[in-house]
Amino acid sequence: MSTGLGILVVVLIAATAFGLYRRFTDGHIKGVDSVPDAPTHDGEVLSAADIGAPLGERATLVQFSTAFCQPCRAARRTLGEVTGMVEGVTHVEIDAEAHLDLVRRLDVMRTPTILVLDSTGRIRRRAVGAPRTADVVAALGDVID
Amino acid sequence: MTTATPQTHVSPTTPSGIDPRGPRFGAALTVIALVIALLAGSNVLGTAVIAWQTLVFALGAFVGLSAQPYGVLYRKVVRPRLGPPAELEDPAPPRFAQLVGFLFAVVGLISYLLGATVVGQVAIGLALAAAFLNAAFNFCLGCEIYLVARRLRS
Repeated sequence: MSTGLGILVVVLIAATAFGLYRRFTDGHIKGVDSVPDAPTHDGEVLSAADIGAPLGERATLVQFSTAFCQPCRAARRTLGEVTGMVEGVTHVEIDAEAHLDLVRRLDVMRTPTILVLDSTGRIRRRAVGAPRTADVVAALGDVID
Repeated sequence: MTTATPQTHVSPTTPSGIDPRGPRFGAALTVIALVIALLAGSNVLGTAVIAWQTLVFALGAFVGLSAQPYGVLYRKVVRPRLGPPAELEDPAPPRFAQLVGFLFAVVGLISYLLGATVVGQVAIGLALAAAFLNAAFNFCLGCEIYLVARRLRS
């Protein structure tokens, strides 16, 4: 009984802390340097061949998704909405498990992960978790010159 | 209907999805069952409860969410008292979570049957963490571990 109670208390405290942490950090769009769980890919340039689709004229929103990811759907809707609002921006969704080389190269650990590329394909921003529309628009404002 | 098998393409927007409140309701009942199994230990009660929960996970993972007992309870008893869901969701992510729950629960059950109580309690505690995060935070287990598992496997 006491071992079980101890495990119960530890699990509930740890899970609550983790859940709250995720709730507050998920979907935040950061400069590539400041994403804690991703090594720097700042300056790395993705080509149309890398992402399997032409780059947007002014910016490209690259979304990594998997089949077992609920918020990927919300992210798809948000990014689709933004590309409808901001001209010259395209949304490219990549099935992460079909592109594991790219996933490893960019240190994508979970889905959805969203990269904001500038017109040259350079990675400028990164978000893990579904971002909010206003944050994506703001990030595009920074990336589009 | 989308199945839990890995797909070549990203999950399509299924026209006939599931009510997302169903899996969350199920996660809350799962939390209760796992807490009882954890606190009871490997006695008759604890073993019976983890055996039941293992069966629940197995039905959800291998047969489908429509066969999962808590899902059935939700549709028959809870859902008629609520309004319609704001939107429907793809059943693949919660079904994946059932599979992960099943793997931990099965370790818990076997450990209890062998008398390895603490090993069983640790396994049940891990399943509890996932179910609690799902119930309380609508946590997406598939987002966290599926890609990492795929990266490790190939």
